[in-house]
Amino acid sequence: MLIDHPLLGLRDSSEFIYMGDAKLLNRPNWKSKNFKTKFIDYGYLRKNPAGVHKELWYHEQGDRSWLVVTRNTVTHEILKVELARYLKRKANAK
Amino acid sequence: MKYSGFKVLWEGLKSNTGWKPLWRNPDPKKNYDIIIVGGGGHGLATAYYLAEKFNITNIAVVEKGWLGSGNIGRNTTIIRSNYLLPQNQPFYELSLKLWENLEQELNYNSMVSQRGVLNIFHSDSQRDAFVRRGNAMLMSGADASILGVNDLKKMVPFLDFQNSRFPIKGGLWQPRGGTVRHDAVAWGYAKEADSRGVDIIENCEATNFLVKNGRCYGVETTKGLIKSKKVGVCVAGSSSQVMGKIGINLPIESHVLQAFVSEGLKPVIPGVITFGAGHFYVSQSNKGGLVFGGDIDGYNSYAQRGNLPVIEDVCEGGMALMPLIGRSRLLRTWGGIMDMSMDGSPIIDKTNIKNLYFNGGWCYGGFKATPASGFCYAHLLATGTSHHNAKDFLFNRFEKGRLIDEKGQGNQPNLH
Repeated sequence: MLIDHPLLGLRDSSEFIYMGDAKLLNRPNWKSKNFKTKFIDYGYLRKNPAGVHKELWYHEQGDRSWLVVTRNTVTHEILKVELARYLKRKANAK
Repeated sequence: MKYSGFKVLWEGLKSNTGWKPLWRNPDPKKNYDIIIVGGGGHGLATAYYLAEKFNITNIAVVEKGWLGSGNIGRNTTIIRSNYLLPQNQPFYELSLKLWENLEQELNYNSMVSQRGVLNIFHSDSQRDAFVRRGNAMLMSGADASILGVNDLKKMVPFLDFQNSRFPIKGGLWQPRGGTVRHDAVAWGYAKEADSRGVDIIENCEATNFLVKNGRCYGVETTKGLIKSKKVGVCVAGSSSQVMGKIGINLPIESHVLQAFVSEGLKPVIPGVITFGAGHFYVSQSNKGGLVFGGDIDGYNSYAQRGNLPVIEDVCEGGMALMPLIGRSRLLRTWGGIMDMSMDGSPIIDKTNIKNLYFNGGWCYGGFKATPASGFCYAHLLATGTSHHNAKDFLFNRFEKGRLIDEKGQGNQPNLH
């Protein structure tokens, strides 16, 4: 698989480390209500879809950025690649 | 149908005209006591043990494809009981004991071949870890011994003992481990379950569950509604898809694992050899092909096929361990979908919907577990309580912090 890195262009996926579901970007607040249930969900439960999946890839053998890759888990087609830090900044600005 | 040496001779005289299909091809009835979703090794074993040990025969096994089309026909056929943790090892030893008697029990030749499993080590600290594991195996009633370099040089002289990165210092040896003809396991269980009255319904996909007031009373399938008192799901790589139909998120990611087979060779590899440091293991099939594999690809996938970097990595591992493999040619590669759990260990448990049960999270270790998984799942389905050898394979171990993590990798499924 080739991942179209927003800054570096097409890179081989074997340069990356895979971290799974991009829901890991949204860590629950430990002061929130039901934080225990939320953390169990965050730590252990996954939707694991057959189809479009947003997931985290870390460019370890490159610029060490975290990417959010939107990929089809049935065909391995990569639909979209974004920098995780930009997504996070955008979310925080709201 | 009963198999025997006499029957083979007799059929030989009759031009083999008397052989019959091993199982019927029934239409689903309206009502069953138990429906098993998933006609793979584990599902068929569950149906067989329910009929054999618990006298429940009003059972349907519904299978989306044809029987044995999933991981039971895609694995690398290895059986062993060389685990470390007390929650795991007795379970796998139970499984190995069931394997040892499987062919007699099913009256079916599944080619159970106990040629031994060898785990190679390369350093003092790795040896110490394997000694500890060997002791854990002995304590569970399994067999294990530590072999030194000289023993290995006699047994497997073709290994690269002087490899500069991973020089071979010895191995953990389990003589009772080995290989089994994997398709024949599904066929044998199907034959015996069917002959006890179990309906095996192929090309019948479970599309939803029938649930009312928090109770499950059947499944909706492509062949209509089928009602039952209890429903047991065991669908391996499709676990999240099937349980997702009623909104249950599982502690599971689906990953693709590739396997490889070379062209047929004369006998060269005596048993199973694993080279953990190089992510490579190998055995030789009865037809002579070298059957080998390595790690999962490492990303979520439902594709049943992998990518080239892992093929390269596995072949490099093979070359590092046993350079002679470079002379053989790779014949086929394929992939299967693994239900990788968050701690690398399985789940055999009730769900929060009454009468709905779940068996999954086998990672890439489901094949060796087939008999014990069926046995313990049948126990749970029949009695409502966990079998004592599977009492820790519960959903709530994640929230309770009682993970069964053989490698100590944490909640990262692609590292187990």
